[in-house]
Amino acid sequence: MTTVSPNPAAAAPTGSAEANQESYRGIEAPNSARRRVTGGKNFEMYSWLFMRMSGIVLVVLVLGHLFIMNILDGGVHRIDWGFVAGRWASPFWQMWDLTMLWLAELHGANGLRTVINDYSRKDGTRFWLTMLLYASVVLTIGLGSFVIFTFDPSMGG
Amino acid sequence: MASTVVRPRRGDPGARRGSLYRGGEGMWSWVAHRITGVLTFFFLFAHVLDTALVRVSPQSYNLIIETYKNPVVNLMEVGLVGAVLFHALNGIRVMTVDFWSKGPRYQRPMLWGILGVWVLVMIPGTYFMLARTFSNLFGGA
Repeated sequence: MTTVSPNPAAAAPTGSAEANQESYRGIEAPNSARRRVTGGKNFEMYSWLFMRMSGIVLVVLVLGHLFIMNILDGGVHRIDWGFVAGRWASPFWQMWDLTMLWLAELHGANGLRTVINDYSRKDGTRFWLTMLLYASVVLTIGLGSFVIFTFDPSMGG
Repeated sequence: MASTVVRPRRGDPGARRGSLYRGGEGMWSWVAHRITGVLTFFFLFAHVLDTALVRVSPQSYNLIIETYKNPVVNLMEVGLVGAVLFHALNGIRVMTVDFWSKGPRYQRPMLWGILGVWVLVMIPGTYFMLARTFSNLFGGA
């Protein structure tokens, strides 16, 4: 059984440089030098963590939302303006929807940012798709929050 | 200490001939996670815009919400709930792989587990989402 470690230090903790050379024979050196990810010290790690933290909260908020809106008591067939007005009369559901809006939009945008980074081949394509994404996030979060905060129940007459 | 000699388990992608990565259940769950996530993100964009109409007038909101009650859109609603439910369950699986020491070992049985839960939830869920549409279309009065 051959033991090969990508990390020469781990393969031969006490060995000389020569021994290290020996231990990782067969694995090519990477073609490009190691470089730091641009855009902040640990941004990608925090984005990774954010996906998991927001995901756990969204499981409750979104599945609860889907259950109430689409399955319970007739589902979408009972939804109209009056139904929404009734729900937003309660600060609890206002906060539920506001939190869900922010977390879902940021979680989704971060996921799409990853997808764009993965598949766009030209820097220009990547840049403009990301800008389009950010614009849609600002629009969606801005409009959604505005509507939740300024909803006017007296419109119903 | 990493070892290059790994005994391939049955169903392991490495057990197949050749060096081309053909994935396995883990790769397909990753693909499905991406697709369901992107679809849900686009729906969210449309959904925030349609809900924003509650701020315009009750009439305009009620008009647009009627499209959700259309039989075809009702079917797409089942697809959306199915996509979100898979994304949520697989997301929990990803977190157990990341944070639970035994997660990586059980990632494959956990995938079959969440698919089982998905089916068990979607059967009654689909019934309740489509029952009204079915009775409207075929039930007469």
